Amino acid sequence: MKDEDIVARIEKNPKFLKFVNTRNNYSIIMTILMMAVYFGYILLIAFNKQFLATKVATGAVMSVGIPMGIGVLVFTIVLTAIYVRRANTEFDAMKDEIVKEASK
Amino acid sequence: MIKLKHILGGAAALLAAGAVLAAGADLGQAQKQATNWTAIVMFGIFVGITLMITKWAAAKTKTAADFYTAGGGITGFQNGLAIAGDYMSAASFLGISGLVFGSGFDGLIFSIGWLVGWPVITFLMAERLRNLGKFTFADVAGYRFDAGPIRTFAACGSLVVVAFYLIAQMVGAGQLIKLLFGLEYIYAVGLVGVIMMTYVLFGGMTATTWVQIIKAVMLLTGATFMAFAVMLQFGFSPEAMFVKAVEVHSKKDAIMGPGALINDPISAISVGMALMFGTAGLPHILMRFFTVPSAKEARKSVAWATTWIGYFYILTFIIGFGAITNLIPNPADYFVGGEIAKGLKGGGNMAAVHLAKAVGGDLFMGFISAVAFATILAVVAGLTLSGASAVSHDLYASVWRHGNVDSATELRVSKITTVCLGIFAVLLGIVFEKQNVAFMVMLAFAVACSANFPVLFMSVLWKDCTTKGAVAGGTVGLISSVALTIMSPAVWEASLGNPKGSALYPYASSAIFSMTAAFAVIWIVSLLDRSAQAAKERALFPAQLIRSETGVGSSSASGH
Repeated sequence: MKDEDIVARIEKNPKFLKFVNTRNNYSIIMTILMMAVYFGYILLIAFNKQFLATKVATGAVMSVGIPMGIGVLVFTIVLTAIYVRRANTEFDAMKDEIVKEASK
Repeated sequence: MIKLKHILGGAAALLAAGAVLAAGADLGQAQKQATNWTAIVMFGIFVGITLMITKWAAAKTKTAADFYTAGGGITGFQNGLAIAGDYMSAASFLGISGLVFGSGFDGLIFSIGWLVGWPVITFLMAERLRNLGKFTFADVAGYRFDAGPIRTFAACGSLVVVAFYLIAQMVGAGQLIKLLFGLEYIYAVGLVGVIMMTYVLFGGMTATTWVQIIKAVMLLTGATFMAFAVMLQFGFSPEAMFVKAVEVHSKKDAIMGPGALINDPISAISVGMALMFGTAGLPHILMRFFTVPSAKEARKSVAWATTWIGYFYILTFIIGFGAITNLIPNPADYFVGGEIAKGLKGGGNMAAVHLAKAVGGDLFMGFISAVAFATILAVVAGLTLSGASAVSHDLYASVWRHGNVDSATELRVSKITTVCLGIFAVLLGIVFEKQNVAFMVMLAFAVACSANFPVLFMSVLWKDCTTKGAVAGGTVGLISSVALTIMSPAVWEASLGNPKGSALYPYASSAIFSMTAAFAVIWIVSLLDRSAQAAKERALFPAQLIRSETGVGSSSASGH
């Protein structure tokens, strides 16, 4: 079957629209999460340096800013991994099913 | 070099009187060090191995598809390493560890900024790029648009970003060779130009990919060893390391908290936007997504890239603190005249290199120096390849010849362009030797996020977007980002030498205005566009959407 026919059938399949909406909403939520964490962190630095310089515990030298900063780095990696895992399994399965239905 | 230049540029704009960077000498003033034969020999070995790979790659590079995308046969894991190799620069290694050495916590703020662009690429761009594109990002933006204007614009956007990035790299190479190998500036510029041209010309994307992979592995291995050695000294207790660092550092407890790096929230947000969205508009990074066979592999590659780059930044933070705890107690070995107040030998950016000597002796220091320099080769090769593809695939094959050109001719044009870009890069390196190019990378990111990213984003995700809207908005973004950057303190005052406070644009990055303007103009012009062409383009959106979301009909980059 030609690609154009498959495309025409996918366009008519209500599952496709649902799939696109589900995944795009997920992408947008993840993007907003990332922006909130990153811009939140730098705005915290801009507006409240004292807080970040607070010690993690009385008598400790490490400030709360350091685990938070490393935390943002780790959060970035983990968020990416979570998205890729879901996209490569759940979303790809939905997509494959839609393409398969249209190719019949 | 990229990040170092950026750090210095960003810092110049963000800092009050540069207090935070007092310990970090400007690489632009690098003093030639004693000739370091160990480093030169190690670098020679790296070049030898990569040239052998280039020979192997040359045998596989027959068509334009091989040249641009390595035939689409790179796996997600390999591509992830190659992206990391394309992105992690000598400066992110030497510059960020040097910044941590000088002011502690502030170095961490920088490294975070350089990582946050990757999730944006993952969530919004990676698989759509792979599904819609073939060789360049103009394939993606131009999928349903009028090829002439959109590809001309995209090629300009690419070439501007590539040119600014190349200048920063070439000048950085020249300064680094003085520091690391103890050789003259001009050697570095010529050497980088010739070796990079050899990789790209003969081995195309296959050789470039493997150079980037090898460089990434070497850099990650070397940095891991250093961070491990440092942590071992403190029984793997970060607290013990911080206690010692605060005890010996002249700024004492101030290194544990934010310094003067971020004061003005508008600049902070603007720089943050440039870094976050600019990464998704860098042509040499976008191009890497066409080398993998499927959307799944494209996603995997960006997940791996994010992991390696993030891991690397955590290492540079440890390395910076390791430099504080290892170098400051031994001023005679590492500081000018044995006096801490006079700064590190070779400048603050040498912190990681001196630490390499402290934990691994001369041989390991030679290795780290060679890796730092080799890093530049991997970055310039990727840049040149993306510049060459913008000229040969977009301008020549698509716009000028309307796609009526065979693969062999297109390949030949690519190779001619590669030589021209190589010569151009060497000339720029020479011309800009004495200039302060600290702002160049920030400028590249500003253009990428204000011109390339909005056009890509809107053309792929907004059904009403038209050629006129995309080209108008992209052009506004391109011009305003360059103009505002030139009027900003980092260029107007620090580079052009105008008096302090005279900059017309007071913030560190143009992104907050230029990127917003680009999106607004794309939106308004597209809405007002009632031409027949616009109607045709909107009608093509459903087909584009299906292909971008499912990959049906996407070009199999695989030439096999």
